[in-house]
Amino acid sequence: MKLNDTAALNALKTESLTLLENRRIANPLTTMDAQGKPRHIMVCGGTGCHASDSPEIAKLLKEELDRRGLSDQVEVLQTGCFGFCEKGPILEIHPDNTLYVDVSTSDVADIVEEHFVQGKQLERLLYIDPNTEQRFAADLPFYHNQLRIALRNCSYIAPENIREYIAADGYQALAKVLFTMTPDSVIEEIKKSGLRGRGGGGFPTGVKWELTRQGEAKQRYIICNADEGDPGAFMDRSILEGDPHSVLEAMLIAGSAIGSTHGFIYIRAEYPLAIHRLEIAITQAREYGLLGKKILGSDFCFDVEIKYGAGAFVCGEETALIHSIEGARGEPSVKPPFPAQEGLWGKPTCVNNVETFANITSIILRGADWFSNIGTEKSKGTKVFALAGKVNNVGLVEIPMGTTLRQIIFDIGGGIKHHKTFKAAQTGGPSGGCIPTKYLDTPIDYESLISIGSMMGSGGLIVMDDSDCMVNIAKFFLEFTVDESCGRCTACRVGTKRLHEILTKITEGKGTLDDLDSLEKLSKIIKDTSLCGLGQSAPNPILSTLEYFRDEYLAHIVDKSCPAGVCKSLLRYKITDKCKGCTLCTKHCPANCISGSVKEPHVIDEERCLKCGACMEKCRFGAIIRH
Amino acid sequence: MSNNSLIKDPYQLLDDYIDSLPYKKENLILILHHAQGLFGYLPDKVQWHIAQKLDIPSAKVYGVVSFYSFFTMKPRGQHVANVCMGTACFVRGSEKLQQEIESQLGIKTGQTTEDHLFSLDSVRCIGACGLAPVITVDGKVHGRLENTEDIKQVFAKYRSEATPDAQSEISSVEPIQDVKHAT
Repeated sequence: MKLNDTAALNALKTESLTLLENRRIANPLTTMDAQGKPRHIMVCGGTGCHASDSPEIAKLLKEELDRRGLSDQVEVLQTGCFGFCEKGPILEIHPDNTLYVDVSTSDVADIVEEHFVQGKQLERLLYIDPNTEQRFAADLPFYHNQLRIALRNCSYIAPENIREYIAADGYQALAKVLFTMTPDSVIEEIKKSGLRGRGGGGFPTGVKWELTRQGEAKQRYIICNADEGDPGAFMDRSILEGDPHSVLEAMLIAGSAIGSTHGFIYIRAEYPLAIHRLEIAITQAREYGLLGKKILGSDFCFDVEIKYGAGAFVCGEETALIHSIEGARGEPSVKPPFPAQEGLWGKPTCVNNVETFANITSIILRGADWFSNIGTEKSKGTKVFALAGKVNNVGLVEIPMGTTLRQIIFDIGGGIKHHKTFKAAQTGGPSGGCIPTKYLDTPIDYESLISIGSMMGSGGLIVMDDSDCMVNIAKFFLEFTVDESCGRCTACRVGTKRLHEILTKITEGKGTLDDLDSLEKLSKIIKDTSLCGLGQSAPNPILSTLEYFRDEYLAHIVDKSCPAGVCKSLLRYKITDKCKGCTLCTKHCPANCISGSVKEPHVIDEERCLKCGACMEKCRFGAIIRH
Repeated sequence: MSNNSLIKDPYQLLDDYIDSLPYKKENLILILHHAQGLFGYLPDKVQWHIAQKLDIPSAKVYGVVSFYSFFTMKPRGQHVANVCMGTACFVRGSEKLQQEIESQLGIKTGQTTEDHLFSLDSVRCIGACGLAPVITVDGKVHGRLENTEDIKQVFAKYRSEATPDAQSEISSVEPIQDVKHAT
């Protein structure tokens, strides 16, 4: 079915609205008979829930509903990510305003029986707040302080059906741009909104579009950067899985504003589900005449091609990404010329991140003023963070800029796991830094994060508690950059390796105080002399931990101890006089290095000890200590 | 490897694929993805073949293959296990998990077991951070692997499903020593 004009699009929207009708309302749960329209079970189909068998749950639900003769009254749909990954698989039932968490295949029969036949909530699958022990069927505290713009459709619509997207105002922004706005006014609107690149750099999106539009060129290209490489960040993937059309629509808008007819989506090959959903979306958009020639009956032509990454972190850098699309090694090149002047195959190219694109349609439809009212003075709108690590509610959260770390970690994230103590939050992935407790109340935006030695990055937010060793964390990130440095700049190629060696030395208890100076000096050189963002920011994890957690470095170097008990070479296990001589530890020691007679205190032979900690775990009297 | 590729010459299949592409040199990475799907890995001979077919220097093909971690020049086992080394998994114990798997399989990361059943690698964040620490085996995610028993079960499952001729299937791929470089 081809949509030849705005009227056809609007007619399809009106027709499709019934699909979403009962998702906009929240009724109290009643029995089947009282319902007119079919109810919807939205089963989370994000990668996390997918991995915990959500497709199987959806299949079993369908079968069970069929068996009970309810299949015409209840529809089962797969959505994108709900964001609340900690409690996955998740399913939400419309219009009953009910969210079930931690669902497994064995719960299917009970859900159908209790919820749909008897018409009452299945209490045991409701979310229980770990802090207050209160049960929630809807309106979970996790969602309270969030504002979903980029993630607005994730979990709300079924991403594999273009009609659901159209019913949710999909492609209306494109129609508005094509028929009521000029390219200049589109760019002006995006500039006015204050939207900045969500991939990490924070460059104003409208300015980038304007620069790409300037100058003579026969062809210009739009690239969507979906090479999400920061370990611990997965918002781009979730957007592509949950709302692929919003990205396609934004690319179309960018294409019409900049004067481009061809777009590329550069995506990691490690994201098979996102690729699959994107392929479906592209096929559907072509069928409806929303990609291809004369879109919606206008003169605008635009098509999109998917390009696969092959596992190189540096390809997130725009010039490296462009080389990779051209089929070459993904090494960055010197800027200027910027891609906006000379990009893909020498043509002006606009590279935007997935999350940046996901904001565009809302800005066009609701206006730049609406958008710029959200956020801080210099950072407008919202940011999606992938909250992970030692926090109760791991998941995707979208918050207005200016929200504090404390609100994210403690209000939305539900605090630290196992009631431990917060130690640091790491943002910005391998390019970012570790933020200590004293900055928990800093309102988050691009500038504030840089001023405290970290950066926004693509939005990974890893929470660490007192059992994480900060020297080891710095070493972890350096290991990453050593691996991922493309090798072009000597400072980055050789320098990061030396940094990693020094950190290894320190974690093994062989460090000296001079090493700290070397770390700082070398870090500065690498920052100053590397070509691209990877090298320029690679030392950040070291510099920030050196600044805020210097005492931990000193403990490793001077006291030869690891306060968090992580660095194995520095651990000592000792049996205290609490030992009752039960001999349990000797049975579990893999090195057979514990000796002693029954009912008498035992001794560990430190020379042979593997430092595995098995004895300490097994001791029932707490007689074994680690120091 | 699909049965199809065993019946038809994989080089022929690769050529057919390349012929079907509108652009060729620009699609080198796509072609390499496809070739790795056909052969299981990218030995010199396959790289050489692609270079000739695309009329580009084999050094360029090698440059690309060696740059991207997704491509491998060594044959892999029947099942490829990847330990996620993303930060979220790291702070939830992926280092320990990796060591445990290494000791259970008796190989180091980057190696393949002698029976060619498993290859072990690491991967940077697959985005299933809610399930940390996770591994993937042939792309399927196994999460919350916090104790030895759970890990054993994952591999036992694949072992019980293994075809007895895993060894012979792997050795049917073109041997690397056949390669003769043009001078």
